[in-house]
Amino acid sequence: MARIVAGIGSSHVPAIGAAIDNGKTEEPYWKRVFSGFVKSQEWMRELKPDVAIIVYNDHASAFSVEMIPTFALGCAVEFPPADEGWGPRPVPVVQGHPALASHIAQSVILDEFDLTICNKMEVDHGMTVPMNLLFGKVDKDAHWPCPVVPLAVNVVMYPPPTGHRCFMLGRAIRKAVESYPEDLKVVIFGTGGLSHQISGPRAGLINSKWDKSFLDNLSKDPQKLVKIPHIDYMREAGAEGIEMVMWLVMRGALDDKADEIYRFYTVPASNTAVGHIILANRPRGAAKKAATKSKRPAVKHKRAAARVKSAVRRSKR
Amino acid sequence: MAREQHDYDDIPGTFVFDAERSRQGFGINMFCMSLMKDDNRKAFKANEAEYLKKFNLTPEQTDAILKRDYNRMLELGGNIYFTAKLGATDGHSFQHLAAVMTGASQQDYAAMMLGGGRPVEGNRSRSGKNVPSKFISAAAAKKAAKRAAATKPKAKASKASKAKSKPKSTKWK
Repeated sequence: MARIVAGIGSSHVPAIGAAIDNGKTEEPYWKRVFSGFVKSQEWMRELKPDVAIIVYNDHASAFSVEMIPTFALGCAVEFPPADEGWGPRPVPVVQGHPALASHIAQSVILDEFDLTICNKMEVDHGMTVPMNLLFGKVDKDAHWPCPVVPLAVNVVMYPPPTGHRCFMLGRAIRKAVESYPEDLKVVIFGTGGLSHQISGPRAGLINSKWDKSFLDNLSKDPQKLVKIPHIDYMREAGAEGIEMVMWLVMRGALDDKADEIYRFYTVPASNTAVGHIILANRPRGAAKKAATKSKRPAVKHKRAAARVKSAVRRSKR
Repeated sequence: MAREQHDYDDIPGTFVFDAERSRQGFGINMFCMSLMKDDNRKAFKANEAEYLKKFNLTPEQTDAILKRDYNRMLELGGNIYFTAKLGATDGHSFQHLAAVMTGASQQDYAAMMLGGGRPVEGNRSRSGKNVPSKFISAAAAKKAAKRAAATKPKAKASKASKAKSKPKSTKWK
């Protein structure tokens, strides 16, 4: 059985990609940003996932205004990096996992999530920047460490799907992954955000209070986040900050209780607040054991704390 | 037909790219999309007004593009991810574009970003709805504490201290 073991939240600021591609990562401005991902890359190398599901949005690259799918799942064998006006980013072609992707498509559509299927699609910085942040710089002629199932979400034209819808799609994806017969270790990325507005006279808006609160609730009380109406995202986190709903697909795909094992936040990268979080699912067997012996809550909490500690130790190794 | 009114029209300095603007601005955005190709960029630069005739634009839209009035383009249905391609064709960085839209010099805009960005305080609403969203923890906790204080005097101390200690417990690694 395939299983989602962890969720990663990460901004996907295009300027971060440009800094990597142009060798600026050691400049103090950029070092501040990249320093927040060093431990995450170690953790990822240790974890060695078999597949990554990456929830991201396209920025007028693969989709123009001719077709605007709300949820589009990439089922192709590979996804070349798009030319975003300066030539494609010098990163490897992203390998797909067509078997898992079409399994997910079939499962979630029957679960009443009407996805668009993409059998040919280019991917832009929305996907490749978070991949660089978590997998490190990868030479154009080398390979990314694992295949990817891309899920593109419309957050460009209002209205994007609601936070609740995103969360429920995440749950349906979890169910789909768990019904896939092959043993696969899967991670899921939610990308975009955090607070930023890049359009109009209010451009430059950042709301760190909002961002921190979002991250807190993402790990502890995601049900609170699914109720946030679009107007609150736009007012508080900026017109483009609404892309934070994509993090809720990731959260929905995790178990209700997941352990926050890492967090990073810095302002700014270009026009955006950079947020990053890693949430790990607890081992299933242990969760069941704890559930059956949960008559004494104090003991249960101790166990949960021990699990967190060991998860952190594991991630640091 | 007048534009339909929405709750988000109350956000100052913001043109939300909704279905209506998407329909209205189809030509602007398709024009911008065409600038992804070098041949098109050259043709546009050679004769801007002539090139724009291919895209079924209104006179206002054509005017906004020729004048590089980025806010007006957004108002008339342009989307920032598309209009940014026009900025790039002119050889401008995105930060230049952002500065132009906000009416600041690029230097001042960059300094604002380094200083933590434009604050949300005072920038939430045209009509004075400047109360923070109830989905922000600190505000929610304060409210909860207030409610608790009003109904259950005994619960006040513990709830208030909980709210106070919250920022400390946030671990920024």
